[in-house]
Amino acid sequence: MTTLTYELKASYAFIERNINIVKRYWAWEMVWLFYSVTNSLSVAYIGPGVSAISTSTIDSHYLVLYLIIGTIVWRYLSVIFYWLTDIIGMERWEGTIEYTLMAPITRLTHLAGHTAFAVVYSMFHTAVILGITALFFELDLTKANLVGGTLVLLVGSISFIGVGIAAAILPLLFPEKGSQMTHVIIALLLLVSGVYYPVSVLPEWLRFFAQYSPATYVLAGTRAALLNGAPTITLWEYIAPLIVMGILLVPIGLWLFRLAEQYAKRTGKLKRNG
Amino acid sequence: MRPRFFVSARDARLVSAVGFLELAAFYFYSILPIRRYTMVATNGIALDIQHVSKKFNQSTWLKRNGASKPVVAVDDISLQVQRGEIFGVLGPNGSGKSTFIRLLSTLLVPDSGHVTIFGLDITRDERAVQRMINRVSVEAAFFKKLSPIENLMYGARLYGLGGAEARAKIDAILKRLDLRADAVNRPMEEMSRGMQQKVAIARALLTAPVLLLLDEPTTGLDPRSKREVQTLVRELRDTHDATIVLTTHDMDEAEALCDRIAIVDDGRIVALDTPAGLKKLVARNGHEPTLEDVFMQLTGKQLVTEETL
Repeated sequence: MTTLTYELKASYAFIERNINIVKRYWAWEMVWLFYSVTNSLSVAYIGPGVSAISTSTIDSHYLVLYLIIGTIVWRYLSVIFYWLTDIIGMERWEGTIEYTLMAPITRLTHLAGHTAFAVVYSMFHTAVILGITALFFELDLTKANLVGGTLVLLVGSISFIGVGIAAAILPLLFPEKGSQMTHVIIALLLLVSGVYYPVSVLPEWLRFFAQYSPATYVLAGTRAALLNGAPTITLWEYIAPLIVMGILLVPIGLWLFRLAEQYAKRTGKLKRNG
Repeated sequence: MRPRFFVSARDARLVSAVGFLELAAFYFYSILPIRRYTMVATNGIALDIQHVSKKFNQSTWLKRNGASKPVVAVDDISLQVQRGEIFGVLGPNGSGKSTFIRLLSTLLVPDSGHVTIFGLDITRDERAVQRMINRVSVEAAFFKKLSPIENLMYGARLYGLGGAEARAKIDAILKRLDLRADAVNRPMEEMSRGMQQKVAIARALLTAPVLLLLDEPTTGLDPRSKREVQTLVRELRDTHDATIVLTTHDMDEAEALCDRIAIVDDGRIVALDTPAGLKKLVARNGHEPTLEDVFMQLTGKQLVTEETL
């Protein structure tokens, strides 16, 4: 057996376990999906709302699509992020983290399994939200470059995986409040990345942070592809920084997680359950 | 607004090159066969612990209030355990037993000293040591919404077992542990603590560990479940050639199961011998001394067990 075979088998442990968790918590998954759909619809209805309130003429179809892309992309990225952080919080709470961390596998294998599941889960979750939202609005995607938009989204997931892995050290080290602390990271990214508005409306000092958020490029890239039908080749200007961020953030996330694990083993922080 | 690139094209090329090298290194590592560690010839010594200490610092808030003295959980412990031995660590709550087991489980890093398991250092050869050991903790830690089968499949796959192989092993072990067939597919949260502990033992056995670490495995179990677990421990040693380190504060259990016992108090070993040898350490006073007599005489404390609370 090669190391790769061994590690892949071990990695599948996390995928299978997470599938089982989703199945066992199916009622909660329904509630979460319902919440996500209503949340996305609330955001999308801001489009017609602004048209109704405003005294000037506004292209409400464009605005609705702009907001829907924002909410769907954000939902996709944040679900990946939260799966990576919440599962560590759950392991702390259940007390299984010690069992997982004493298994003979690399941290890459451990987190790759979670990541693979998180990406597929998030795609499914997002597709359902998109499908239901589309029933409420007339979405004109005839000009959209769907392939290009999906490509930007997938490349952008890599960076969010890195951010999620790094953020997972919070529930690892702080079992009581670590999961809540991760909301701060996601809230900051939501503020600066232009999810529901163009980054240009932000004050300059916030725009400075926007350029370091992978979500900024994912949102700008998917909007260029889906709203304006930009050809895939021109999306390179968004994909290139996402590749660079992904290459940097995933190893940095793994490195930080490994440091946190060593710290927890030195100070005995793994013992305490939430 | 279009986002500005925050790196130059030159930087981007550099980062991409680093990423490519990382991937190449990972690919090369991946196609190598798994490194097979052979148990080093150790003259039958399964576990060698030399001057191991572990202390924990108090919280910052306590430090500010003048209570900054660190808690010494394991204090300069040295001992050796022979292959195939059932070695007991007997001590009251808070004596450092669980810290001791966590150190051997690679879940804690010793502040000083060395631990080798079949000749492999637990810090330097962590992954290889992890393949050889497994642990049953006092709390049966599982995903409680998942069934025993689902939890055990997770445990088996973590150690590289394939689906069919894992399923066959799980069936055999659950049968041996006499777990009811209707219980194995229901959530763990519906099972009694005794049943959950049996599943925890099954999880440890799945990986065929050569060193099994049992941290108070019978605490909180009813007498029948306790007897069943004790029978299993003996069977493990006899049929699986496993070396077992068992912590307990149950003196009868220690006496019944262990070949040798270390009595620990405040993180230190105060005596180490066979049960009979330990009893010889104290005066008879007209009756056969118990291990509790030994403990009281050696530490000046009473061994408070769960049953006496």
